Amino acid sequence: MMNFQFNVSELIFVLPELFLLSAISIILLFDLFASERLKPLTYYLTQLALIITGWLAFDLIGESAIIFSGTFVLDTMGSTFKVFIMGFAIIALVYTRHYLKAHELLRNEYFILALMSILGMMVMVSGHSLLTLYMGLEIMSLSLYALIASARDRAVAIEAALKYFVLGAIASGLLLYGMSMIYGITGSLDIAQISNFARASTLASQQTLILNFGLVFLVIGVAFKLGAVPFHMWVPDVYQGSPTSVTMFLSTVPKIAAIALLIRLLIDGLGDLQHYWSDLLMIIAVLSIALGSLVALMQSNIKRMLAYSTISHIGFVLLGFVTGVVEGYGAAVFYVLVYILMSLAAFGSIIVLNKNGFEADQISDYQGLSKHSPWFALIILVVMLSMAGVPPFIGFYSKLFILQQVIAEGYIILAVIAVVFAVISAYYYLQIIKTMYFDDADKEITVSAPLDMRVVLSINGILILLVGLMPSFWMSLSVSLF
Amino acid sequence: MEFTSVLFYIFSFFFVTSAVMMITARNTAKAALLLILTFFSAASLWLLLEAEFLAITLILIYVGAVMVLFMFVIKMLDTDKSTLRAQFTRYLPLGIFVSIVVIAQMVLVLNAGQFDLEVIGVPERHDASYSNITAIAEQLYTVYVYPFELAAILLLIAIIAAITLVHRNQLRSKKQNISEQVNVQAKDRMRFASIKPKSSKESK
Repeated sequence: MMNFQFNVSELIFVLPELFLLSAISIILLFDLFASERLKPLTYYLTQLALIITGWLAFDLIGESAIIFSGTFVLDTMGSTFKVFIMGFAIIALVYTRHYLKAHELLRNEYFILALMSILGMMVMVSGHSLLTLYMGLEIMSLSLYALIASARDRAVAIEAALKYFVLGAIASGLLLYGMSMIYGITGSLDIAQISNFARASTLASQQTLILNFGLVFLVIGVAFKLGAVPFHMWVPDVYQGSPTSVTMFLSTVPKIAAIALLIRLLIDGLGDLQHYWSDLLMIIAVLSIALGSLVALMQSNIKRMLAYSTISHIGFVLLGFVTGVVEGYGAAVFYVLVYILMSLAAFGSIIVLNKNGFEADQISDYQGLSKHSPWFALIILVVMLSMAGVPPFIGFYSKLFILQQVIAEGYIILAVIAVVFAVISAYYYLQIIKTMYFDDADKEITVSAPLDMRVVLSINGILILLVGLMPSFWMSLSVSLF
Repeated sequence: MEFTSVLFYIFSFFFVTSAVMMITARNTAKAALLLILTFFSAASLWLLLEAEFLAITLILIYVGAVMVLFMFVIKMLDTDKSTLRAQFTRYLPLGIFVSIVVIAQMVLVLNAGQFDLEVIGVPERHDASYSNITAIAEQLYTVYVYPFELAAILLLIAIIAAITLVHRNQLRSKKQNISEQVNVQAKDRMRFASIKPKSSKESK
C-alpha cells in the first residue's frame, strides 16, 4: 500500500457532513415508520438537523485541515459558507412548508431531498479534488431535479425538471471534459497539486495551451450552474415552471455552492491563469448584466422576472471575480450572500400570498396590496428597493463594493456599463412597488399565512434593513475568508 | 506487427464503426444493439490494456443490465420518429459547424505533443499473477474512500428520487391489513338495505 495515512481523529473535521448524513438517514427511517399523526414531525426534525449542522460548522470556524488524502479541505471559508448555507436553508424551508401546504404538495420526501441537496453543497464547498467537487455537484443537482419534478401533476413542472436535467447533464459533461484535460496535463486531481503545476515557471507553451483548453470548459460548467449568459437558457423556464418553493430554493442556497466551486477551481486551483479566466468572466459578466436587465423589463410573470433579475445579479458577482484581487473576491462573496437574503425575501413574499392552490405569480396579482396588507407590502417595497440598489438598503452596498473594486482595478468602462444597466433594471423593481401602492385591486388578496411564515418573513425583511446599517463589518468578514 | 496490435486494430475498427452506425441508425432498437457492440469492443480494448476488471464490469453492468433496460424502454415506448427527424435536420448545419470547431480544437490540443509516450512514459507490463482487482480496491478503499462514499450517497438519492416520483400515496396501493381481514364479521360483509321504489311525486 502506497503512502496512505488515515487518522481517526481527523474525522472531527467532517463532523458537520457526518452529522447531516446520519440525520438524513434517521429522518428517512423515521418518516418511513412514523404514523400519520407523527408525520409532521419530519419537518421539525429537518430544521433541527440543519440548526445542529450549522452549529457544528460554526464551531469549526478557524480550524483548517486537508484530509482524506487531499480530497477534503476544511478552512475558514468552507466553514463560514456552510454556516450561511444552513441559515438560508432554514429560512427557505419555513417558506417551503407554507407553500407546500397551500398547494397540497406536502410530502416528507421533499425535506429529505432538500437535505440531500444541502449535503451535496457542503461537499462542494469543502471539495479539494476535482473528483469530490464533481460528486458534490451531482449530489446537489440530482436532488434538485427530483425536487422540481415532485409536483408531478403539473405539466410545466415536469417540463422544467426535464429541461434542467438535460441541460444540467450537458453542463456536467462539459465540466468533466475540462477536468479530464486538466487531469491529463497535471496528472493529478488534487487542487493543491494542480495549483503547483500551474505555478511552475517552466511551463511549456503547449502545456499552457492544454490547461487553457480545460479552463474554458471549467468556466462554462460553472457559468451554467450560476445561470450566467450565454448559458442562461434554462433559468427563466425552470424558474417559472418549478413550484415556487423549489424556485426559491434553487435561486438561493445552491448559488453559494456554485460560487465555492468557482473559487476552488479557478482561484485555488488555477489562480495563476487568472489573466486568462478574468477575460472570460468579464464577457460573461457584462452579457449577464445587460441581458438580465433588459429582458426582465418585458416580463409579466414575477417568477420569470426574478429569474432575469438573478441573471443580472450573477453578472455583478462575476464582476467581483474579474478584478483578480482579494478585495474583489470578498466583494463578490458579500454580493452573493446579500443577493440570497434579498431573493429569499422576494420569493417569501410571493409565497406568503399563496393559499388554497392560488399562485400569486403575476405582477398584476399585487395590485392594491398596500391596502389590505400594508406590512407585507412594506417588506416587498424594502426588498425591491434593495434589489434595485437604493441606499440605505443592503443591496446598495453590495453593488457599491463591487463597483469600488472594479474601478480600483482600472476597469472604468465595465463600471459604467454596470451602473447604466443597474439604473435600467430599477424600472422593473419600481414597477412592482407602483403596482402595490398606486394601482387599484380588481380582486381581494388577503394573507392567511401561518404565524411562523409571517414572523420569519418579517425578520428576513428587517435583516435587509439592519445589515445595511453596518455593511463594512460584513464586507471585511467576506474579505477575511480569502 | 504483433498479435495484440492486430487485435487492437480489429477492435478499434468495430468500436468506431458501430459507434457511428449507432448514431445514424433510424431504428432505435437497432441503435441499442449497435451500442452493445460498441461496449463490447470498448471492453475488449480495455482487456488489451490489462484492465480486466473494468472490462468485465462494463459488460456485466452496461450490456447486462443497462442496455437490457434500454431495450425494454424502447420496445414499450412508441416514439414518433418523424417529428424527431424533422428536429434533427433543422439543427444539422449548426451541429456540423459546432462539431467541426470542437474537433479542430481537440486536434490542436492533442497534437500539442503533451500526451505522447515520451512525455507520459510507457506504461509497464505486468505478468499473469498481477491482480487488477486488488490494485483498484487498494486505491478505492484508501485514497479515494471519500469520493467512494459520496458515490454511495448519490445512489441513495437516486433511489429516493425514483420512489418519490413514481410512488403515489395509497392511491394504487393494494396493501392488505391482515388483522382487519381476520377480525371481519359476517355483518360487516353484508348490508341489508331497504330501498323504497321512488315515486314520481317525490322527485323535485
